[in-house]
Amino acid sequence: MFNHLLSLLIWLPVVGAIPVLLAGSARPNLARWLSLLVAVLAFVASLFLLVQYNPDGAAMQLVESHLWIASWGVHYGLAVDGISVALIVMTTFVGILVIAGAWEVIQDKPHQYMAAMLILEGLLIGVFCATDALLFYALFEAILIPMFILIGVWGGPRRVYATLKFFIYTFFGSVFMLIALLYLYQKAGTFDLATLAALPLTFKEQTWIFFAFLIAFAIKVPMVPVHTWLPDAHVEAPTGGSVVLAAVMLKVGTYGMLRFILPIVPDAGAHFAWLIIVLSLIAIVYIGYVALVQEDMKKLVAYSSVAHMGFVTLGIFIAFMLVREQGNTDMALLGMQGAMIQMISHGFVSGAMFTCIGVMYDRTHTRLIKDYGGVINVMPWFGFFYVLFAMANCGLPGTSGFVGEFMVILSSFSANPWIALFAAFTLIIGAAYTLWLVKRVLWGEITNPHVAEMKEINARETFVLGAFAAAVLALGIWPQPLVHLMDGSVAQLVQQLAIHKI
Amino acid sequence: MPTLNDILILLPEFYLVAAACLLLLLDAFMKPAQRPLLHWISIAVLLVAIYLVIAGQPPQAVTAFGSMFVRDDVAEILKVFALGTTAMVFVYARPYLIDRKLLGGEFYTLMIFAVIGIMLLVSAGNLVTVYLGLELLSLSSYALVALNRDAKLPPEAAIKYFVLGALASGMLLYGMSMVYGASGMGGTPSLDLAQLHNVMSYTTAPTLLLFGLIFMIVGIGFKLGAAPFHMWIPDVYQGAPTPVTTFIASGSKLAAFGMAYRLLDSGMGDLSQHWQLMLAVLAVASLAIGNLVAIVQTNLKRMLAYSTISHMGYLLLGLSAAGPEGYAAAMFYAICYALMGVAAFGVMLALTRAGFECEEIADLKGLNQKSPWMAFLMLLAMFSLAGVPPLFGFWAKVLVLEAAIHADMLWLAIVGIVFAIIGLYYYLYVVKVMYFDKPVEGSVLQVQSDRPLRVVLSLNALSLLVLGLYWGPLLGWCRRAFGL
Repeated sequence: MFNHLLSLLIWLPVVGAIPVLLAGSARPNLARWLSLLVAVLAFVASLFLLVQYNPDGAAMQLVESHLWIASWGVHYGLAVDGISVALIVMTTFVGILVIAGAWEVIQDKPHQYMAAMLILEGLLIGVFCATDALLFYALFEAILIPMFILIGVWGGPRRVYATLKFFIYTFFGSVFMLIALLYLYQKAGTFDLATLAALPLTFKEQTWIFFAFLIAFAIKVPMVPVHTWLPDAHVEAPTGGSVVLAAVMLKVGTYGMLRFILPIVPDAGAHFAWLIIVLSLIAIVYIGYVALVQEDMKKLVAYSSVAHMGFVTLGIFIAFMLVREQGNTDMALLGMQGAMIQMISHGFVSGAMFTCIGVMYDRTHTRLIKDYGGVINVMPWFGFFYVLFAMANCGLPGTSGFVGEFMVILSSFSANPWIALFAAFTLIIGAAYTLWLVKRVLWGEITNPHVAEMKEINARETFVLGAFAAAVLALGIWPQPLVHLMDGSVAQLVQQLAIHKI
Repeated sequence: MPTLNDILILLPEFYLVAAACLLLLLDAFMKPAQRPLLHWISIAVLLVAIYLVIAGQPPQAVTAFGSMFVRDDVAEILKVFALGTTAMVFVYARPYLIDRKLLGGEFYTLMIFAVIGIMLLVSAGNLVTVYLGLELLSLSSYALVALNRDAKLPPEAAIKYFVLGALASGMLLYGMSMVYGASGMGGTPSLDLAQLHNVMSYTTAPTLLLFGLIFMIVGIGFKLGAAPFHMWIPDVYQGAPTPVTTFIASGSKLAAFGMAYRLLDSGMGDLSQHWQLMLAVLAVASLAIGNLVAIVQTNLKRMLAYSTISHMGYLLLGLSAAGPEGYAAAMFYAICYALMGVAAFGVMLALTRAGFECEEIADLKGLNQKSPWMAFLMLLAMFSLAGVPPLFGFWAKVLVLEAAIHADMLWLAIVGIVFAIIGLYYYLYVVKVMYFDKPVEGSVLQVQSDRPLRVVLSLNALSLLVLGLYWGPLLGWCRRAFGL
């Protein structure tokens, strides 16, 4: 069974979606329970993965490889390292919570909603363990289809605009990556990522390929200035869609950078590291300010996502600078680890923030900050969770938000104190937009009549928020297991940075 | 003298001619009440033809009638898919034809004659066979377009098709005559495609030869529907009865690929450096015009017509690579497009009833509410046409792009991919209408209850998903056919 654990993880949710669909709109409860069952099974399988994975080895583990397309030598190749394992477990964890979160909220065709979620989950897991570039690309693109449907069918009033923009924008980025992959295939005769990593490329080739990869992944992350699809998509998406989008889908972009840009075009990556660092700093500082002035809660969290993902890209590319220019591997390792932890932490924190907004939206059907005020008076338990996640969002020590950001800032300080200075701005801006949001939504007197009618969270919502809270606190207080899990793989990545391919 | 062996090589074609004549007789002498039987007989005829093609497959390429006719793997694969998609068209067409009182011998006989034309065309070993096959296919198609002769649009579409088609045939014939003339300047003139490059004299008559080539490309471009020879496509697609449109979008495209391959590679292979660029220009023009104009269409048939034009642009990407890899990719594309086209039009046929033609995009509003299954099938067809993985259409696009890059035409691949982004919009729009819009008040949208149609259409659309996950064998066949 463990030989095909990764295949099981991918196909269980995808195939599990079929009985959910067959349950039909006539038996919505059956569809709900079935999809929850599938999601729980996937989570259990991912726990097996956690046990099976040996974090002491740097090599890819649990390798599965079958010849898929003989005449092209394309393999159905799957394998995981520590980073993939962490992301997969996070995906299946969030998978349960979005299905539980949508339970009675989604009344219109719940079976289709649940099925789309499960398919999305399976495809995302596939992205995190594909070792063949063509397989990766196919999965990377395929995740657009269920997300397109999720936003378009169950989204808000401007959902059509948002979902079309989302689809075309991300598709636009990734097709250039396809051309780059085909070019690499011409040179190497294979799509196997390990072989491509060893392929020598001239600097000119690397530059073109770097930008082709960058546009694909930068849009997905999203980085400034190609982040504009994200606020629209988030605002219009149903709660579950927003949660998956923020928690898991954005990580596909940074994960792609680790798997493609770092090993395949390291020299171009090092040469243009300054560009990514500047863009990341703009995301951290400028987008932080943009978040400050938002009137829509979801938009605010969406922009804060862009700012937080800036830390991930900063951590990855500051490592380039440290290794190539200063030979400082230890600090590079720290920065890279920080980026990885930030990826996982942001998954939980942003997912939790969007869930909180969803809980309020279900009661009042508005996301505007000015329509709230004094929510704590009617929903004290909800207020407790909300404040906890807000604190994690602004990086309070003891929550998961602190660990990653701190490590990235520390390592960028040894690269260049100015970079660290700008990055550290987030501590102020992040606190400003998050705490101001909390102040306007939770504290104070009840000024809007519909707020007074809001009911305290029920058991299901408590479970979802409690699970998120446990994850956020666990990672904040005791990040060591996560660090240990990814340690070997991150060290391997940092070693690759030093290799010249020209 | 034709030998028995010659006749055996052409057995599927002879059999179909005999069967078509028999169908005509049956139609004439059958009681009107028994007419619907013709439908099942015709499908059986096609299935037997598929069996004959596969069972009689020669171990290697053979020629018949003094190399007038070639039977190789390329021809075999194209024939199987042309016959298969035509059988699918028959299944999808039945409710449509019954509702419009068109079910009768004419439709089936003409379709079968058109298929015979396709089979001759893709097996052509001689310029004359190319022309014969082309005319048999075209003349049957003209008549098919005008099948519903009492309606307003079909005769108009048929006349347009006929006039432009005749002009294109003339061009092709004119080009052939020049090539034939040029072949005579270096020795004995020849019409034989395999012999042409031996006798063609580029040194003594370059101008004549190139002129001939250009005229032949016009003929090919017309048959493919590549811009700027695409003007007939939208009107014919919209005006023709939907089953006939389905046929023109599937079997006919396979034939066009076969014709282009026979003429350009077998015949004019030596001039590939000249026609490569011509095809690349046609490809870019088709991609641009097809994709941009499709965006503004409100009629689904017309939108799919422009989408065809853009798809032919992708097919030309593969052809213009001018090598076995490119041809294999282009053939894969042609097969893929045929399956996607049949599926997309099949859904329209499934939603069309007596007194209601499903042909506006707005007609699909809220289809997911009325029939989630039909909406899902159309969703598969649309994402496949748009080239989104994991569906079949994506891999076909990857293959032609790879072929273009392989042939050192990276720029062409980039143009192709940029237009894929633009093209994405109008396919997504159809999905949007089906899934995100509410059904119109008092909408008459209803799915045909014809069971064969529903089953075959489901298999057809699901094949886009299955082949998208497992396209290796088909690619293997296509590549083996071109000796890879």
